[in-house]
Amino acid sequence: MFENYKKSKVEKRSLTSRIAAQAYLWLLLVVLYAPILLIIIFSFTQSKVFGNWTGFTLGLYENLFTGYDAVAQVKVDPNLYRAIFFTVVIAFASAIISTMLGTLAAIGIYHMRSRDRKIMTFMNSIPMINPDILTGISLFLLFVFLGISRGLGTVIAAHVVFCTPYVVLSVMPRLTKMNPNIYEAALDLGATPFQALRKVMMPELWPGMISGFILSLTLSIDDFGVTYFTKGSSGLETLSTFIYADARKGGLTPELRPLFSLIFLTILVLLIIMNIRTHKQQNKTK
Amino acid sequence: MVFQSRSTWAWPYALFMLCLVVLPLLLIAVYAFTDANGSFTIQNFVSFFTKSEAINTFIYSLAIALITTIICLLLGYPAAYIMAMADFKTPQVMAMLFILPMWINFLLRTIATVELFRMFGLPLGEGALLFGMVYDFLPFMIYPIYNTLQKMDTSLIEAAHDLGAKRHQVFLKVTLPLSMPGIYSGIVMVFMPTVSTFAIAELLTHNKVTLFGSLIQRCFGEGGIAMWNYGAALSLIMLIIIGLTSFFGGDKEDINR
Repeated sequence: MFENYKKSKVEKRSLTSRIAAQAYLWLLLVVLYAPILLIIIFSFTQSKVFGNWTGFTLGLYENLFTGYDAVAQVKVDPNLYRAIFFTVVIAFASAIISTMLGTLAAIGIYHMRSRDRKIMTFMNSIPMINPDILTGISLFLLFVFLGISRGLGTVIAAHVVFCTPYVVLSVMPRLTKMNPNIYEAALDLGATPFQALRKVMMPELWPGMISGFILSLTLSIDDFGVTYFTKGSSGLETLSTFIYADARKGGLTPELRPLFSLIFLTILVLLIIMNIRTHKQQNKTK
Repeated sequence: MVFQSRSTWAWPYALFMLCLVVLPLLLIAVYAFTDANGSFTIQNFVSFFTKSEAINTFIYSLAIALITTIICLLLGYPAAYIMAMADFKTPQVMAMLFILPMWINFLLRTIATVELFRMFGLPLGEGALLFGMVYDFLPFMIYPIYNTLQKMDTSLIEAAHDLGAKRHQVFLKVTLPLSMPGIYSGIVMVFMPTVSTFAIAELLTHNKVTLFGSLIQRCFGEGGIAMWNYGAALSLIMLIIIGLTSFFGGDKEDINR
């Protein structure tokens, strides 16, 4: 019904205004994608300097995967691979911890009395509102104050800080939809709280946990500000801080271009697949 | 058994938050009001208000953030409106296309933007800074507005039409007021990261422009311990700005829905 209505509303508009509207959207998208296209285009040329076209080649992709630049006869900066490695380790570690901590927290908060619940909800919103520079500096001061040396552990802890609130928020809606009595029923039937959580509640909360987990992964991979202040000076770098240090030195490691082209294409393909699947499901329900 | 009551399941998280969110924020305040020896002082704030560099940078950053937010609103609202109203076969795909660039590391995107400016022979300066900021944060404006417009009860618009309102009247009296929650969230979501941003500015302007965030960053950089207390004072000032923004920006939970 709504669909028909929407159509009729659109038909009232003139053709030119519709074309202008479409053109505006596409123009914005072109501008939004121009820098990304630039990265992809220049991943197919070997030039060290970003923006110099020295002919089409897949050389940079080869370098990225072999770790050796056959033309210049030098190794690709090993710090790049370390940065990739630590980005993945930190992302998965913090996403797993956040998902467990956040799911338990969501269940707990959901069953709290309203006053406690308000306090927890407020605390939960602080890391989401706080800009990364403030989260980073406040944690930096904490680690310095407590005499904890900064490194992998502190970065993961810091990422858990800003990821967990999103897990709590993704799991919460599943809890409101869930039958509140099934947990008690499981306990009455002799399950321990842990069994009841794992066998009865988890299957219901699963979708919320998954989306919280994926959100945590992306937030962690994308983070720069918090990592920058909590990584210490032991040489630990993630891709973000590696790019920053690179850019400050003046040159960008050329292999970053194929790396991010591949990441972008992977995400694009994943999104297209997800879209097709939801589309099919929608068609089925119709 | 303690864990029988499920409200206790949030205790680990509560403890975690106290140690790694509340305590660190309190530490900012402690450091802000002490000197390097740990004794109480307000000197850090005095030097902020008397050093013309610091106060000018602060005001300049607020202005840049404000202008960025306004440009994002002016560019983003029409885009969100068109997407929500038009009958694309797949409106979600359009919305997705606007979010997709955010998956590429923002520093790399910023560097690519700098390259784009260089290729077209444009100077790197204030213009590049504004372009880069709008470019980075525009999706944060479009998305919440699109969301509210999409959930809006369209029969209200139809009713307004039926009752004889002209198109611009429908927009000003019905659509716009109903989309205000989205606009508020959008403003908060763009203003807060732009006012606190660092790193982007130095890349986009080749260190020609210093923003408040970069000023704070420098205090915790090479300067060593001597600058931490001053940096904490600046951080506290930023924290107050952020607190005020989120307070006046309406319901915080709305942002995350």
